[in-house]
Amino acid sequence: MSQKFRLENGGLINRDKKLSFKFNGKSYYGYEGDTLASALIANGVHLVGRSFKYHRPRGFFGAGVDEPYAVVQLYRNNETEPNIKATEQELFEGLEAKSVNCWPSVNFDIGAINNFLKIFLPAGFYYKTFMWPKSFWYRVYEPFIRKAAGLGVASTKHDKERYEHKYEYCDLLIAGSGPSGLASAYAAAKNGARVILAEDKPRFGGSLLTSDVNIGNQSGEDWANSIISELKEMPNVVVKNRSQVFGYYDHNMLVMSEKVSDHLPKTKKHHPKQRLWYIRAKEVLISSGSIERPLVFGNNDTPGVMLSSAAKEYLKVYGVLVGKNPLVFTNNDSGYETAIEFKKNGVNPIILDSRVNPQSEIIDEAINLGIKIKFSHVVVVAQGYKKVSSADIAKISDDKKQLGTIENIKCDCICVSGFWTPTIHLASQSGNKAKFKEEIDAFVPGTSKQNETTLGAANGIFTLEETLKDSFIAGQDLSKKITNNDNKISFPNVVEKKSSQHDKFWCVPLPKGKSYKRFLDFQNDVAVSDIEIALKEGYRSIEHVKRYTTLGMATDQGKTSNLNGLQLVSNIENKVVPAVGHTTFRPPYTPISIGAIVGREVGKHSKPTRKSPMHAWHEKNNAVFVDAGVWLRPRYYKQGNETLFEASKREAKNVRTNVGVCDVTTLGKIDIKGPDAAELLNRVYTNAWLKLPVGKARYGVMLREDGIVMDDGTTTRISENHYHMTTTTAQAANVLSHLEYYLQLVWPELNVHVVSTTEQWAGAAIAGPKSRKLLEKLFPNNDVSNEGLPFMGYMESELFGVKARIFRISFSGELAYEVNVESDNGQFMWEKIIELGQEFQVQPYGTEALSTLRIEMGHVAGSELDGRTISYDTSLEGLISKKKDFIGKRSLNREAFTSSDRQKIVGVVPLDKKTSIPEGSHLVKDAQAPLPNKKLGHISASCWSVEHDNPFSLAILKDGKNMIGEKLFVMCPLKNKVIPVEIVSSHYVDPKGERVRS
Amino acid sequence: MLHIKCPHCGMRSQNEFSYGGDASIKRPQLNKEISDEEWDNFVYNRKSLRGKHLELWQHLSGCRQWIKVERDTATHEIFNTYKADEEIT
Ligand SMILES: [Zn+2]
Repeated sequence: MSQKFRLENGGLINRDKKLSFKFNGKSYYGYEGDTLASALIANGVHLVGRSFKYHRPRGFFGAGVDEPYAVVQLYRNNETEPNIKATEQELFEGLEAKSVNCWPSVNFDIGAINNFLKIFLPAGFYYKTFMWPKSFWYRVYEPFIRKAAGLGVASTKHDKERYEHKYEYCDLLIAGSGPSGLASAYAAAKNGARVILAEDKPRFGGSLLTSDVNIGNQSGEDWANSIISELKEMPNVVVKNRSQVFGYYDHNMLVMSEKVSDHLPKTKKHHPKQRLWYIRAKEVLISSGSIERPLVFGNNDTPGVMLSSAAKEYLKVYGVLVGKNPLVFTNNDSGYETAIEFKKNGVNPIILDSRVNPQSEIIDEAINLGIKIKFSHVVVVAQGYKKVSSADIAKISDDKKQLGTIENIKCDCICVSGFWTPTIHLASQSGNKAKFKEEIDAFVPGTSKQNETTLGAANGIFTLEETLKDSFIAGQDLSKKITNNDNKISFPNVVEKKSSQHDKFWCVPLPKGKSYKRFLDFQNDVAVSDIEIALKEGYRSIEHVKRYTTLGMATDQGKTSNLNGLQLVSNIENKVVPAVGHTTFRPPYTPISIGAIVGREVGKHSKPTRKSPMHAWHEKNNAVFVDAGVWLRPRYYKQGNETLFEASKREAKNVRTNVGVCDVTTLGKIDIKGPDAAELLNRVYTNAWLKLPVGKARYGVMLREDGIVMDDGTTTRISENHYHMTTTTAQAANVLSHLEYYLQLVWPELNVHVVSTTEQWAGAAIAGPKSRKLLEKLFPNNDVSNEGLPFMGYMESELFGVKARIFRISFSGELAYEVNVESDNGQFMWEKIIELGQEFQVQPYGTEALSTLRIEMGHVAGSELDGRTISYDTSLEGLISKKKDFIGKRSLNREAFTSSDRQKIVGVVPLDKKTSIPEGSHLVKDAQAPLPNKKLGHISASCWSVEHDNPFSLAILKDGKNMIGEKLFVMCPLKNKVIPVEIVSSHYVDPKGERVRS
Repeated sequence: MLHIKCPHCGMRSQNEFSYGGDASIKRPQLNKEISDEEWDNFVYNRKSLRGKHLELWQHLSGCRQWIKVERDTATHEIFNTYKADEEIT
């Protein structure tokens, strides 16, 4: 298909490179340098979607970030992405896109029936219509809305693209590369400041690319190009295109999204698709320009009605005509510039100017070119359904209230200009309170809140000369403050045409007896009548009006609608706009992909993976791993076709009968040194520590100040002033911070130093009746007998020439030892244990068997120490010293903690001795009781007892102390299980604890 | 993201720190008889001020020192930072 609306010459596109693409299944051609929008318009395609609420036909309204309609579903390299603006998406070879919001097709859309039912879909229709009957919501309303009103479909596939995060610091961050951005960047860069200049479009230059001006002896565009080339060569400057600074956060941190590869058919190898920049800037220059405001008239959402600045951009940047029979409707001189561009390219526009008799250089030029101009004229209504075919126009009275005779004129597009709205989002996000500037009928930034300065059109300055002057000075002054350099730059001579005052008029009255829809918010289908209804219904705050009508919401965030909405509310309310106020701008300014936000922190990269020094051995020996915090731990070692259940039973059984070895490297380890180390432990743990002899270990429990158990573990006195503390895997980091808190802030007088040594030591627990025999083989020169190394004893030794620490401690309840060697020797230690343990039938065991062993012994772990239990609840109250004070002790006499029926740990066995009890299940007295059935406790951990060969669980049960022998029910609604159980002691194996001392 | 000056390390991003709450809270001395009310005030009761607030932060992914930060809870302005044992004037 030929590009009927492409000019023979002109534009900044590369006509040597033709690109093919598909839209809604149909093939077209465009050029390199096109956007999807410019290429479609070149091909005469104006119908791109359906509107959100009424499913009215939608075309293009803008030419960039301002576009409210042309949101498409993009297909690129076998991936799909919703919510892509056709006006921002650069064309690439093979691009495919589809319309959203239409079903079954853009030309025949079932939802369009809403358009004819629109009387039933007024403001607040979500709130009113879908409220009742309640049962209709899931069955009728929700599925209907989902099908009819989505803004595209997210892919359910894994996103194979890579997204990166980058942290950067600079002296000046400049957002926007129009005249103000370029001038300030140039001045600051010449002063030696580190500058980042960001431009959201592919091309630098902003308005200079489309306006007819001269700077020095160059055209605006040439000047922009020469400045950019010079900046790119400077080592202190980073120049980034396709990069949107979308958020201004605290302490001058801004976030920028760089679309590195979205404009290419496929991301290059080793390149990310997008990059998110976190930039901490000393000074921020906001040169984000302005967005043209629409004029409001009947059916002003018809495809073919668009901003006059967009029409000019399609002409000058892309060499594309948005129509061959254009009507320009304006209240200021900007519309004339667009008309003049049409005329220069052989097209005859008609200008309707709402002003009575404006005079300026630009108007004179239009008159001289022979352009037909009708002053005091307005468009009343656009005619045509899928594309503008004509317009009803009329003369308007000087007070703008009366329309004259309506006349129909043929046209194929209506270019509107309602003057300019400064883009103040970034300034506003920084905390700057916007102020209303009467002369331009818009808000501009007020007093700077952070180190931000707003320049040029974003600051409501619409002449090039003033903009450049301000910007050179700002760049120079701000950089001078930072670098102390003072390189003056001479201001170039500027040639631009003078404009006359714009007209405050923006909304065309309805002719008598007509009820045309006049849209304010094109993305959310909010019309003048909706705002009127909201106000009639009593909504006053602009924030409420916004939410009730959806004005300025969703991805568009009111870029084109905000001010007109405010003007309307102020007109109806007879207030001035600043009194109505404006809604808050929040980041992001434009939609940011989830991928960019997440960055590289996906899948395995979402957190670091820690592996023990013995990991390779575990892998080689068929370990199945489980995540334990950031660690990977062997869950079980699979033999043949074993299931998890079979393997863990075998491993646990082997510990009870022979000897097992478990990798306990992940346990938190803290080295504690100093003359006051014992005093610290005495204050941190609930039991007494001052008399622990050198070479002995002790079990301890630490509380939070509120009396809740924080962690448990053993601490060993290595030498006079040196202790080795162990913590649970999960609490290791918290315990270290906890100790540091008390040492640095509460008891700085204690002379103690703490440091984490978790990763310095590899640990192996050797457990089982034959463990001593194995230890004798490992340490033939040491006396490891019950006398030589008693329970809770410690000794230092050498394991075949390698420094080793031996602790006689037990988590499994069996005779057990823990051997630590420096991490580098971990693998060596492990292999020695396996090798020398063969004659004792040694087997490695994983976390599943470890759990089984501790559960049937009634040893508590993280599932009991869950941040809700005190020492009593977990039967650790015997370790509470009555003689000394410690962290959290004062909380223990709280009423709830001392009540006679306080919860306590118990054992639970199913009556049938067969049914496994799901963890997390509730315990109740009566399984048949009506809901809500009173919960007496919960199952904290479950296992298959290898000692008794039946299921066994631990539970935290109300009045647990007096419940032993009771029959209760376990309820697990998630698995639809009701299990009759008996409550037993939590010490299901070796209740007297004889084995560990054997 | 806040930019916090660690008195030991210099300006660092907030994500290197963890928050530790009101720095004006003093733990009652060990072994001292105190009322339930006094203890509750220490463990639970906090003011949740709007405005200038002296608070604790730990430079967790840095020097691991607990520091005191004087910050406006409404504007996030940081007026000053102090070492744990520094006199605050
Ligand atoms: Zn630090």
